[in-house]
Amino acid sequence: MIHFVVHEEGDGVGVVVVEGVKKGQELTGWIMEDDKEIKITAKSDIPIGHKLALKDYRPGDTVIKYGVDIGKVVAPIARGEHTHIQNLKTKRW
Amino acid sequence: MDLSKASFWGYKRENQRVGVRNHVLILPVDDLSNAAAEAVANNVKGALAIPHPYGRLQFGADLDLHFRTLIGAGSNPNVAAVVVICIENGWAKKVADGIRATGKPVSEFGIEQHGDHDTIMRASKAAKEYVQWASELRREERPLKDLWVSTKCGESDTTSGCGANPTVGNAFDKMYPHKVTLVFGETTELTGGEQLVAARCRNDEVRKKFQFVFDRYQQVVDRHKTSDLMDSQPTKGNIEGGLTTIEEKALGNIQKIGRKCVVDGVLDKAEMPSGPGLWFMDSSSAAAEMVTLCAAAGFAVHLFPTGQGNVIGNPILPVIKLSANPRTVRTMSEHIDVDVSGLLRKEMTPDQAGEKLLECMFRTANGRLTAAEALGHREFVLTRLYESA
Repeated sequence: MIHFVVHEEGDGVGVVVVEGVKKGQELTGWIMEDDKEIKITAKSDIPIGHKLALKDYRPGDTVIKYGVDIGKVVAPIARGEHTHIQNLKTKRW
Repeated sequence: MDLSKASFWGYKRENQRVGVRNHVLILPVDDLSNAAAEAVANNVKGALAIPHPYGRLQFGADLDLHFRTLIGAGSNPNVAAVVVICIENGWAKKVADGIRATGKPVSEFGIEQHGDHDTIMRASKAAKEYVQWASELRREERPLKDLWVSTKCGESDTTSGCGANPTVGNAFDKMYPHKVTLVFGETTELTGGEQLVAARCRNDEVRKKFQFVFDRYQQVVDRHKTSDLMDSQPTKGNIEGGLTTIEEKALGNIQKIGRKCVVDGVLDKAEMPSGPGLWFMDSSSAAAEMVTLCAAAGFAVHLFPTGQGNVIGNPILPVIKLSANPRTVRTMSEHIDVDVSGLLRKEMTPDQAGEKLLECMFRTANGRLTAAEALGHREFVLTRLYESA
């Protein structure tokens, strides 16, 4: 069963595509571009459609998705943790 | 699916454009004429009024856009005939003459010196004749290239970028080699991915024009913003759905133009394309505004991917909605025409999703009502550029 998808190899976040992901749950991810599987443990409850970090981040780091810069990290994020407005901001506007 | 011989059944209009609906439109030029327009549509079954809140004391480029949008809406090939109603005779005639250039039947009525009652009576008589005339028009088989297809997404979430939007992209990639006329837009919603669109432009001339309209819109945001636009772009709904930044939203948005299509030209708002290919329209990213501009530019069918679940429709342009979010497909099923949630379970390939969407597009073009049409969604929303005088 696929719990999250990743657009490309090298992306730093995945998208949860099932409902009810809980902290501590073992998740299976699908890297769509390369048709590969990865495993990760959720470190937060993550709603469907929301992102989880695939690596550890520090403030100031850049997050890559679709192989492109989607913004800057503003609070530490651990691998498997919910990545959203509390720790990631736009570099534009 | 071999699209080289693909065809649909449409209404060939006087100007050779082909429509997939056969509306008799009751078109108010201004807010004051809405009541009369709606009364006419109430009197004459099958006539369709498209009320809106603008048209008074506009000037300059904003007024030009108002007229271009109304004339474009009336000229759309999904419209068989038009009754124009305006408080002032002069502008009723201006809009009617603009539509009349297509060759379709148009009548105009000014309210001043007549009042609502007399206007409604005269306009109803014209509308009744048009509805009966239009009811005898017949569809004919036309090649795919005669279909103009627009796209814009809404209430996006992260599933849009990995499911529904790439499905539109796959369908666009399949249609593009067959000389279909295609359009996308949403200028600010390319922010963070504008370099990818620029790289896809046909040549330097198109690229320069694209960059100019993109930069101009960024200046509008910079001039008026009071924050980083959080909750506006991305919207509250986008954020609820898991989208965090405009860059992330933009990269998902751009999936709609596929991987092979080339951006052949840049259009102003509501401007009609001059030939086949993929066009970029400088436009608002608000769903109903953008879809209305597509209708005004002459597009006949619209592909609308959603994540969190947008309910939009348009009075002129059938809006086909697709989603890859399994929760949206479950909780808002009455709004979703095409379910591509299997993509995210690996139960469906992008090619299969694209074909499923195209199959629904052909059925819609042939006359099947979309969810939005069946539910009576008729959002006709005019884009304003600045304050009235």
